Amino acid sequence: MSAESLFPRLEPLLPLVSKPIQYVGGELNSTLKEWDAAAVRWALMYPDAYEVGLPNQGLQILYEVINERPDALAERTYSVWPDLESLMREHGVGQFTVDGHRPVAAFDLFGVSFATELGYTNLLTALDLAGIPLDAIDRNDHPIVVAGGHAAFNPEPIADFIDVAVLGDGEQVVGEITDVVRDHKAAGSPGGRRGLLLRLAGVPGVYVPRFYDVDYLPDGRIRRVTPNTAGVPFRVTKRTVSDLDEWPYPKQPLVPLAETVHERMSVEIFRGCTRGCRFCQAGMITRPVRERSITAIGAMVDAGLRRTGFEEVGLLSLSSADHSEIGAIAHGLADRYEGTHIGLSLPSTRVDAFNVELAGELSRNGRRSGLTFAPEGGSERLRKVINKMVSKEDLIRTVCTAYEHGWRQVKLYFMCGLPTETDEDVLEIAQLAHEVIAAGRAATGHKDVRCTVSIGAFVPKPHTPFQWAGQCDWRTVDARLRLLRDAVNADRRLGRSVGVRYHDGRPAIIEGLLSRGDRRVGAVIRAVWSAGGRFDGWSEHFSYARWEAACVAVLPEHGVSLDWYTTRERDEHEVLPWDHLDSGLDREWLWADWRDALTGVEVEDCRWTPCFDCGVCPGLGSEIQIGPTGRTLLPLIPLPAAGSARQVPTRSAS
Amino acid sequence: MAYSAGFTPHPKISYVGAAPTGVASEAEYLEIGVAERVEPDRLRDALDAALPAGLDIVECVEAGPGGLAERIDASRWQVELPGVTPEAVRAALTRFLAEDRIEVERLTKDGRRSLDARGAVVSAQLSADVPGAGRVPSPSLSDPCAILDVVVRQATPAVRPDDVLAALRAVADLVPPSPPRATRLAQGLLDGTGRLADPLGPDRRAALAARESAPGPLGALA
Repeated sequence: MSAESLFPRLEPLLPLVSKPIQYVGGELNSTLKEWDAAAVRWALMYPDAYEVGLPNQGLQILYEVINERPDALAERTYSVWPDLESLMREHGVGQFTVDGHRPVAAFDLFGVSFATELGYTNLLTALDLAGIPLDAIDRNDHPIVVAGGHAAFNPEPIADFIDVAVLGDGEQVVGEITDVVRDHKAAGSPGGRRGLLLRLAGVPGVYVPRFYDVDYLPDGRIRRVTPNTAGVPFRVTKRTVSDLDEWPYPKQPLVPLAETVHERMSVEIFRGCTRGCRFCQAGMITRPVRERSITAIGAMVDAGLRRTGFEEVGLLSLSSADHSEIGAIAHGLADRYEGTHIGLSLPSTRVDAFNVELAGELSRNGRRSGLTFAPEGGSERLRKVINKMVSKEDLIRTVCTAYEHGWRQVKLYFMCGLPTETDEDVLEIAQLAHEVIAAGRAATGHKDVRCTVSIGAFVPKPHTPFQWAGQCDWRTVDARLRLLRDAVNADRRLGRSVGVRYHDGRPAIIEGLLSRGDRRVGAVIRAVWSAGGRFDGWSEHFSYARWEAACVAVLPEHGVSLDWYTTRERDEHEVLPWDHLDSGLDREWLWADWRDALTGVEVEDCRWTPCFDCGVCPGLGSEIQIGPTGRTLLPLIPLPAAGSARQVPTRSAS
Repeated sequence: MAYSAGFTPHPKISYVGAAPTGVASEAEYLEIGVAERVEPDRLRDALDAALPAGLDIVECVEAGPGGLAERIDASRWQVELPGVTPEAVRAALTRFLAEDRIEVERLTKDGRRSLDARGAVVSAQLSADVPGAGRVPSPSLSDPCAILDVVVRQATPAVRPDDVLAALRAVADLVPPSPPRATRLAQGLLDGTGRLADPLGPDRRAALAARESAPGPLGALA
């Protein structure tokens, strides 16, 4: 397939679509390598619009890691909006990369990163626009379609559409896959596509769905999942990068051309989380905790700012205040950038006073807009169930501290539909919000303190203790959200300082179907896509009716249904669709933790307490890597004026 | 780069008469406030290095007295019309120029709005009829290809090349078979003869005159 640029044919279409700049490419720090000089070529996709996909850290990391290799290249592609999609179909323009505007079908590998299952229909659009057969078994000299990201820990619903899924951290395995493809091509492609897939199945962390058969019981449950080909592993185990300081990516963050959802540079300060929140798939599948050292963080912040000109840096992780040296990091960075226009933020926050101090330190330059806390559960009882140990007193004290330190707006995140939840648990959120406002007014003497309650429906996820739970049906969720809104407004005096933001429960049911679905759900995705389903993560494009209709059309022949996949509680011995995919977590530990949840028994964080045998470290040969290192950030020479940034060699921190 | 004062400081950049989406331009102007004195050529090179391919900083001059906004009140556009004969365009232009007002509709974020696409047009003719303005059409365009040369005064709402084309369609049923390509060739202050004065001319003269004396704090850039 010719790799010639599609831009001459794309360009005349661009004046006819919304935000054409997103399809142009050429961002600062983007890379365009010579096609013929690379032995292995990757097209990397984030299956959502440019404004969502561009800031994605995972994709930026892989893009750099691949492009640093002399024998490989990577270009990026994002979902095109329906207006361009229909013009591309009309004019026969295929899915293209934004870097070289090359046809995706011309690449050796097409890697798609799924942060959420709601991107599945967009995968089908991209495949179809690229001219790649939707069914993996129909492909021959087409790219190898690789799924990664958190959703790849249960890729069964898209098993028909992908050739390969990769579990866990991508930094190292992407290189190993590249090696395999290069060697296979160099050897004259022995065994063809199947030969290549067999070799890839031998790479740790790589799952090739076609080499596994799924058998079902008469009642619709899975009997077993077994390899159908010699030489492939019974279980595929996730990959874990063990020293983050050795992988300081992205070194040159992309600067978007169009407005994106995150107008900031992100620096990942640690990976993994062992807080043990039972609903949190990210915390479960990224264990153990691996910190980046304070000095490596300082160097990445400095180098990234010099190369980009961003004015805000987010210190990214699943629970950033938990870094063993977060105090020194915050203090060091605040010192370094005092008096500049660089703002610092912690995107994820913990409910305690220390966090407020941290946020204060990071916003020394003066901007104190809002602070976010995530108690997640409305009542203390429910917070024990989900293992988010925050007492009501802690919460009110923390929020008051924030108000006293000059914040006027506090946002509180909750979930609705958690296991064992009752109306009363949700109604306690209203009470909590009222008490927060009352205490905040008393503490500050001001009436202008505000609190926003943001609440969404809970979706049980694979590889978590709640993977067995019955998902709360959307009618119950919506009814509870209405009750909550009414209860907040019932007290007009306090309620007018409280905002309630919520999403209705129906998209969560579809996310639940796709999260815990098996291979039979693939036909539902295909039917929805055929009926026009696109951008399901966007409320203006999502159609519950379309998904429901597809479920009714497709699932009964298997004796299952949308409810069967979502609201049904699973028992201990049911074979789950992802049981052959190993996140390192011990299944018996997960089950015990699920039983503990139901009785409100909490579990500690193993960073500070003895191991509680979740199974990850011994199973994967990994270990917790945390400080403190005892080092500090040395002050740097201040950033130069914007115009001369390129001429100044990068200095490293400390 | 210099920042505005206040609670949420913004970089001091101002664009004058930015071209609409979907057209080419060889004449965009913007002003950047800098925090410290920089060599204009170094600033040009540094900005060029950070911009995507195809966005080129042509020239950077230190701003003399007065703002850029007072030096630009019109644009010259070239519109290539592949598949349209010069005769058809000439006939359409005669009808166009005979009108005082031509109402056209444009789709905006807030729905359809109507505007006059004639009043702001200072001149409109075939490039071939403009002395010294003839250009070789892009080689990829098929014959015939009429090339239009239009000078449009800056107005609110701004009249864009596609508005002029909509007006030609309205008065003379001129419908190009394939998408026209518009390029802004110049911006500047309209003089009595219908020509555009170089917006950076005063700065260049001021910079020359001020070689020995102290310069102003702003850098302007084209």
